[in-house]
Amino acid sequence: MALEAYIGVSVALFALGLVCIISRRNILYVLFGVEMILNAASINFAAFNYFNGGGIEGRVFVVFIIILAAAESAIALAIVLNVYHLMKTVKPSEADFLRE
Amino acid sequence: MNANQLFYAALGLAGAGAMGAGLVTAGGPGLAFGFCAYLILGGASVCIWEQSIVRSAFSLMGTFLGVAGLFVLLGSDFLAMAQILIYVGGILALLLFGVMLSPPDSNERSMARVGGTAVMIGAGVAFVVAQVSGGVAGWLIADQLPEPNSQARAIGLAFLDPKQYVVAFELAAYLLTVALVAAVYIARRRRADFEPEPEAQGGQS
Repeated sequence: MALEAYIGVSVALFALGLVCIISRRNILYVLFGVEMILNAASINFAAFNYFNGGGIEGRVFVVFIIILAAAESAIALAIVLNVYHLMKTVKPSEADFLRE
Repeated sequence: MNANQLFYAALGLAGAGAMGAGLVTAGGPGLAFGFCAYLILGGASVCIWEQSIVRSAFSLMGTFLGVAGLFVLLGSDFLAMAQILIYVGGILALLLFGVMLSPPDSNERSMARVGGTAVMIGAGVAFVVAQVSGGVAGWLIADQLPEPNSQARAIGLAFLDPKQYVVAFELAAYLLTVALVAAVYIARRRRADFEPEPEAQGGQS
């Protein structure tokens, strides 16, 4: 398969992640969308690395992306737990605690 | 036939189309690519479509597995393994914990909102793709692709090589340590949570 095919899948996954973040009213869907976008970036790194001669630079970046994703989802879940504990909701539009 | 059945019928047709197109254009590897692409995009679409958050979370597993499959097709066996271990095993299990926080809400997914956003973002992406698609052909570097070989050893050595990534690697280790300790700290239950209910305000943080 050519590079364009991989980039096409990556673009589509990125767009779906963006739709997921914007259109759903639940903070967990926002996290799902962020994971999709990070995976789209990983596909790009791996594909460019492969079609650029197959070194390891792109793969190293994918490993860092996975590390970041793990840290991000752990922190985000902890924050969601806390937000739920404080406000009894996981909807971003209802979490207007600082407004008062 | 309701909208749900229509969606899943279209999804099945899209999967058959993707695999068929891959098989026709590139043979066996094309079929594998079509299947992985279908897993990725189908999983993401179901995640957006489904009202039940449990189904959404599990359909995301298809996306992650498909990405791992693409890594295999790209000759990155180490990445595929890490993807399955960390994403499917770790992050998805973590996200499923969050599912317990959200009661089912049938009004949460509004068709108008999902459709409108999808149209807007699709138009934007189509515009950008149309802008750059003329130049993409020039990005191809090699016609003859290298043989896939295991990269785990090279990646490990590069991480520990002072001339390459050792600083970034150590920083990633610190980042993970700090992030996980912080996650435990943020999510811990306070002493007030275990007491019956203090009068004025319970569980201030």
